Amino acid sequence: MSWFKRDKGDDDKLPKLTDQERRVKTEGLWQKCEGCRQIIWKKDLEANWNVCTKCGAHSRIDAFTRLKLLLDEGEFTRYDSTLRSNDPLGFVDSKPYSERLRGMQNATNLCDAMIAAEGLLAGRKVQICAMEPKFIGGSMGSVVGEMIMRAIERAIAGREPLIIVSASGGARMQEGAVSLMQMAKISAGLMRLDESRLPYISILTDPTTGGVTASYAMLGDLNIAEPGALIGFAGPRVIEQTIRQKLPEGFQRSEFLLKHGMLDEVVPRLELKQYVATALRFFVD
Amino acid sequence: MEGVNSPENFDGVTVPGGNAAWRRVQLARHPKRPHSLDYIGRIFQDFQEIHGDRNFGDDPAIVAGLAHFEGRPVLIVAEQKGRDTKQRFFRNFGMPKPEGYRKALRVMQMASKFGRPIITFLDTPGAYPGIDAEERGQAEAIARNLREMARLSVPVVVICIGEGGSGGALALGVGNTVLMLENAVYSVISPESCAAIIYRDSAKAEQAAAALRLTAEDLKSLGLIDGIIPEPAGGAHEDHDAAAESLRTHLSARLSELDSLSADQIVEHRYEKFRRMGNFFA
Ligand SMILES: [Zn+2]
Repeated sequence: MSWFKRDKGDDDKLPKLTDQERRVKTEGLWQKCEGCRQIIWKKDLEANWNVCTKCGAHSRIDAFTRLKLLLDEGEFTRYDSTLRSNDPLGFVDSKPYSERLRGMQNATNLCDAMIAAEGLLAGRKVQICAMEPKFIGGSMGSVVGEMIMRAIERAIAGREPLIIVSASGGARMQEGAVSLMQMAKISAGLMRLDESRLPYISILTDPTTGGVTASYAMLGDLNIAEPGALIGFAGPRVIEQTIRQKLPEGFQRSEFLLKHGMLDEVVPRLELKQYVATALRFFVD
Repeated sequence: MEGVNSPENFDGVTVPGGNAAWRRVQLARHPKRPHSLDYIGRIFQDFQEIHGDRNFGDDPAIVAGLAHFEGRPVLIVAEQKGRDTKQRFFRNFGMPKPEGYRKALRVMQMASKFGRPIITFLDTPGAYPGIDAEERGQAEAIARNLREMARLSVPVVVICIGEGGSGGALALGVGNTVLMLENAVYSVISPESCAAIIYRDSAKAEQAAAALRLTAEDLKSLGLIDGIIPEPAGGAHEDHDAAAESLRTHLSARLSELDSLSADQIVEHRYEKFRRMGNFFA
């Protein structure tokens, strides 16, 4: 899948169309890769878990796809899938938060920005939480906080490993300090998991920023990230505004964090399951 | 969704106006408001500052020290803003870097080892958003503090004295008892950054301040803090001595409440409190 495998043959596969025809016919069927700017057949991209078949760039996947990728036969049992926020602040921005939630719930078929599940990973039972980046930016509020806490408690009760796949802009503004305190709540839960000597593997995907990075995403026994993911505490725009200078190339990307010692490894999506399975053998067997 | 207000936006010298929440934000940032060292000098005896994270450096935005409170040894960890321009730069406007949080953790673990209660003061616009802070793992430093504060086996009393700026404040905020001064604010995001996101206009910070429910009363009613410390009429900046005396009285009472708990009970007490925090779902 490396860039150097690209050759003329790939271009020949594109149908010969005029620009206008192409615009019409390709809508929905073809997708431009953010990495190499080449047009790729969407089905090919999806069959490859949204990893570009030409350059290897990783584009985002939803929480369902994430669980299918990591769990045996793509099978899992969900927990707490009906937990809904009751809008503790009565927050209103361009529309009421309660309305925004309903819209998101309809659009994603989820009650909040996470799927908590239990399943087998290479034959081993694990508790796993996957964040949904499309649900209000994958933000963390009271529901995500509680889902993770309950997953930690299930892991401790069943003596099973915990895996959290983060994809989040951080704490959810619309739940104010309630969201903020979830960082402390979850981190306290992870202290308990740690005391129980059970492994926690944190998988950071694009994007993982703010209060999610500054709590559970950075607290794994192993912190591993997908290539090219934006990972940081402050958002790049906030930093640029504060320091009034341009940010260096690759700043806050997975490879940057690896270089600065903040990650154990950068692992391509298609190798993630094997990587985690091997690591769990170290922790558990 | 984290953010800080840039110091340039500051206009707290003017008489506070606007809605109640915004007035609180202005008071919390008031340039004459007592900062951590103003309280420390009035409330504690034999304060000896201790420095450095033993790894990279010493962060002046967080002050740590050994002290006596009403005759008993305690550890103080406090976010510190400067007052004049020179001090404000020296303290980095109260915005800690990873080495500040790591210094804080180092000394808190030391206090835990020796069975000494810990008192922390929160007063920051937020953790510093800069290239160097990111390179050295700002997020990791905050995250680690959250988890490790949960493990401390000594009483931890947290007092938000001014600005509780998001994760940058919470990184010292995992206490058995968490108090706020009457005019302090505690928020997931600054009103300015919130307004920039939701109204595409940072000038609407006043509206955002009200929406965020960031006052002491708000946090108390949401069950996120344990108590509110009254300030002198007009605000703490009107009378530093009276503000310090009020803080001392409440700290004293709250510390004694925790005295009867064993080390294990202290950890359990703190855990149970945060475990129940933010049950706003069905
Ligand atoms: Zn590509």
